[in-house]
Amino acid sequence: MLDIRGLAKLAQERSPGQSDEKKGRGKGITVESLNAWYGSLHAIRDINMNVLPNQITAVIGPSGCGKSTFIRCLNRMHEVIPRARATGRVLLDKTDIYSPETDAVEIRRRIGMVFQKPNPFPTMSIFDNVAAGLRLNGVRGRGRLQDVVERSLRRAALWEEVKDKLKESGVALSGGQQQRLCIARALAVEPEVLLMDEPASALDPVATLKIEDLMRELRDEYTIVIVTHNMQQAARVSDFTGFFLSGEDRSGELIEFGATGELFTRPKDKRTEDYITGRFG
Amino acid sequence: MRAMTRELLDKQLHELFEGLLSMGGMVEKAIERAIQALVKRDTRLAQDVIDEDAAIDKFRWKLEEECLRLLATQQPMATDLRTVGAVLSILADVERMGDHAEGIARIVLRIADQPPLKPLIDIPRMARKCQEDLHLVLQSFINHDVEQARRICAEDDEVDALYKQVFSELLVIMMGDPRTVDRATYLIWVAHNLERIHDRITNVGERVVFMVTGRLEELNV
Repeated sequence: MLDIRGLAKLAQERSPGQSDEKKGRGKGITVESLNAWYGSLHAIRDINMNVLPNQITAVIGPSGCGKSTFIRCLNRMHEVIPRARATGRVLLDKTDIYSPETDAVEIRRRIGMVFQKPNPFPTMSIFDNVAAGLRLNGVRGRGRLQDVVERSLRRAALWEEVKDKLKESGVALSGGQQQRLCIARALAVEPEVLLMDEPASALDPVATLKIEDLMRELRDEYTIVIVTHNMQQAARVSDFTGFFLSGEDRSGELIEFGATGELFTRPKDKRTEDYITGRFG
Repeated sequence: MRAMTRELLDKQLHELFEGLLSMGGMVEKAIERAIQALVKRDTRLAQDVIDEDAAIDKFRWKLEEECLRLLATQQPMATDLRTVGAVLSILADVERMGDHAEGIARIVLRIADQPPLKPLIDIPRMARKCQEDLHLVLQSFINHDVEQARRICAEDDEVDALYKQVFSELLVIMMGDPRTVDRATYLIWVAHNLERIHDRITNVGERVVFMVTGRLEELNV
């Protein structure tokens, strides 16, 4: 098992600006013996991982290694696919998200998700896109909504660019702006964790760097888990990295997990070394 | 497509290694010829060593540029990253060894017109050790041979001991006859240059260990 205290200490050394008093709302996630299937396909096998609060954890690995499946299991998005199922334990702080008493909708509020392709609601204005989740959660009142929308857009570093056109359609924005709009939408419901599945892979380099800057800012308040096949991106933005790889039977496994600086300069597992130095395939 | 990229990186790394070996060879030769010039009081040879140091410096910049281009275009990771990092550091050490050889050649120009103080024994011995170990340490780099690198670093004490021996011997000569102070001091400088060259060889050995194991260790303090 990984020594969580050692990791936490490492993470703290890496980010001296973040002291104990300045803890954000981010919560940690503990994954124990997580397995997931699509019908008979065993997609991920026996994953154990500690996602630390207010840190960015990157998940890397070749296509088909189960990394997207893995993060979709973290907010019960995996089970929405027909014939998909998961076993094992996933604890959000102390809440077992797979316990029968736990409400999946509430879990998805606490653990927000941003997808590869920006997906603003096409018929809605910028304002309504951000307010959508709030309205679903029963928040009413123009003043209250306005406050949250502005705060969320500011957190997503989009406010200055859209404050004069909040009534315009969300799809009229550029790809990078649309992605930040989706991040604002996810932040509006006050999540504790943000899952990002390839959030920048459809964006140009400038928009990508904006998203990465934003991630680092958001880290103070949220826990972030990002799936990326861009290793340089994982190396740039994350505090911890997990490397997934599928074995002979196509089940994805967590091969190595550690502080990002370590994993990319001196990986412990030969398979990690081979993957990150491009010796695969 | 991936495999081709990997092949290109391997080719670039290979070229870098070859460049580093050639540069090492140039510096070995510079050390040898500087000492030859000293022993034979050959000012033309000394001047050649001085002139050729510019070529070593130029070569170093060229290789450093290749390292930077490789970092920018290939963004190497893990062992590859440590290798390029090690090469960058080794280039600086090897270039500096060349400067020390040039320093010896400059001393030759200053003392060539004076009669020899004594037959030179330990200084050429130090120089030979430096040449050999420079060759061996670069070999250990190419072969990822940590044991050999460690051994060379451990032998730095031998060179230090030779330096102390030269130093005390010359001190005795100077005390016996103050007219020798000038020439003896220059010889101490020569020995000091050689001692520093071997320290740099130790640095290279440390980089070899780092490249292979990922750990930076001070191998001979």
